[in-house]
Amino acid sequence: MAARAIWKGQLKLGTTKIPVKLYSAVQDKTVRFHILDEKAKARVKQHMINPDSGEEVPSEEIQKGYEVEPGKFVILTEEDLEKLAPPPSRDIEIVEFVPQDEISQQWYDRPYYLGPDNDGNKEYFALVEALNKQESEGIAHWVMRGKYYAGGLRPVDDYLLLATFRDANEVILADQLPKPAGAAPTQKELAMATQLVEMLKGEFNPKDYKDEYRQRVMEFIEKKAKGHAPRLKPVKTKRQSAALDNVLAKSIAALKKEKRAA
Amino acid sequence: MARTARKQQPAAEEETAGARPFWSGTLTFGLVSVPVSLFPAARGGRASLRMLGPDGQPLARRYYAEKTGKDLDADEVVRGYEVDKNKFVVITDEELERLEPEKTRDINLTQFVPADSIPPLYFERGYFLTPASGSQKAYKLLAETMDKNDLAGIATFVMRGKEYLVAIFSEKGILRAETMRFPDEIRSPDDVGLPEKKSAPAATVKKFEKLIKSKSKKQFSPSKLGDKQTDDLLKLVKRKEKQRGNVVRVEPEADTDNKVIDLVQVLKKSLGAKK
Repeated sequence: MAARAIWKGQLKLGTTKIPVKLYSAVQDKTVRFHILDEKAKARVKQHMINPDSGEEVPSEEIQKGYEVEPGKFVILTEEDLEKLAPPPSRDIEIVEFVPQDEISQQWYDRPYYLGPDNDGNKEYFALVEALNKQESEGIAHWVMRGKYYAGGLRPVDDYLLLATFRDANEVILADQLPKPAGAAPTQKELAMATQLVEMLKGEFNPKDYKDEYRQRVMEFIEKKAKGHAPRLKPVKTKRQSAALDNVLAKSIAALKKEKRAA
Repeated sequence: MARTARKQQPAAEEETAGARPFWSGTLTFGLVSVPVSLFPAARGGRASLRMLGPDGQPLARRYYAEKTGKDLDADEVVRGYEVDKNKFVVITDEELERLEPEKTRDINLTQFVPADSIPPLYFERGYFLTPASGSQKAYKLLAETMDKNDLAGIATFVMRGKEYLVAIFSEKGILRAETMRFPDEIRSPDDVGLPEKKSAPAATVKKFEKLIKSKSKKQFSPSKLGDKQTDDLLKLVKRKEKQRGNVVRVEPEADTDNKVIDLVQVLKKSLGAKK
């Protein structure tokens, strides 16, 4: 089933404008629960109360405030907040390009596909091809639903993927942090650890990974809905410790044995 | 991040988590285990606003029963899954805990892949891993080995009532976990229904390639654009603070949980840096 576009805009690249539609590239499958009133077995509602009096405060009386210091709030009105919103625009401006894989994973927030807005948009597919050939990722700026966005534009399977970035003030980079304290590993340990990870090395195959827990929870819910929930045993945890090189040697030996058996 | 709804979970609580690790557990590769703590690699928004009453008193969100209008305490609500319209199956915390697959209680790095081989659309959220006391050497060994060989480690594990697929990266001697979406949560262009590929005129491709080259930079410099809105808000707050009638004062809240935590300081301490 084809997905619905959530936004329309145009890619601005120099003097070229390419009309595009934005689609979410992800679909969250987290098991979602409702909060229920235990007695009534009914959905609960939420409201805001004054914690001192326990009284409900109706929404028309609620103000928004920014806490400048403990207990001191500056009130911001709806008009204030409206004025802070960026001017609406449909332009996704490509400001520059960087090599693909130059941007740390930490920046990426939400991915969207961009689809050509009118069929047979040759410039759209020309841009995909050009980005592929140059192994390049575009840095885009745009305004969507009252918010500024920056994001990375890169080709995925002949189409364009636009992933939003987190705000620069929010991301903590490894550069800002000290190297961890403690003794450095020895050359022997490094050689053994390298041998170990090389044995576990492979291609990233996303299909190998399933949300087993989600599956177990859903199966349990189905059984419980029919009135026969299985008894669940408490889980145990285990711990072990030994000298590092000893454990490394054992790991390598175990993997070798596994490979021979396979 | 634990998006599975928890009983009575005020939004403010999620944002202030930080001084204590988000999660503590064990990272393993082969038979080597490295006890670690997890801290978010991103701070919450700086411009979070509080809901206030008419006299400026900070408000609290409460659940209430629709029929009686009575407020409900944490022990009066349960978690339910809607199997049919308005038909719920109640699931307890204990059940969720007992359903956790045993093998995924540790971050068990079963596979290592080239660090730049994972497409960006998988990444969800970053967490720094810091060594627990006594595990510094094994931590450094793993970080250095991954860095030298340009590898990322892949694992699945369960944290706070949800299973995560993670990639562990090593940068500047520090391990970072990026939680990833599971493959069935990712749509393909086909799933979305994007139109069939059309061949592009070679001249247009050339034109774009030229443009890309002329606007290319070697390094990524983070855009400040997203921060502009927050900066503007903070400027407005400063301006209004000086004017009469815009400021309310109330008794500061007693719970220290609401204190702003400097995540970078927490991380520095946790990595064992000397002061």
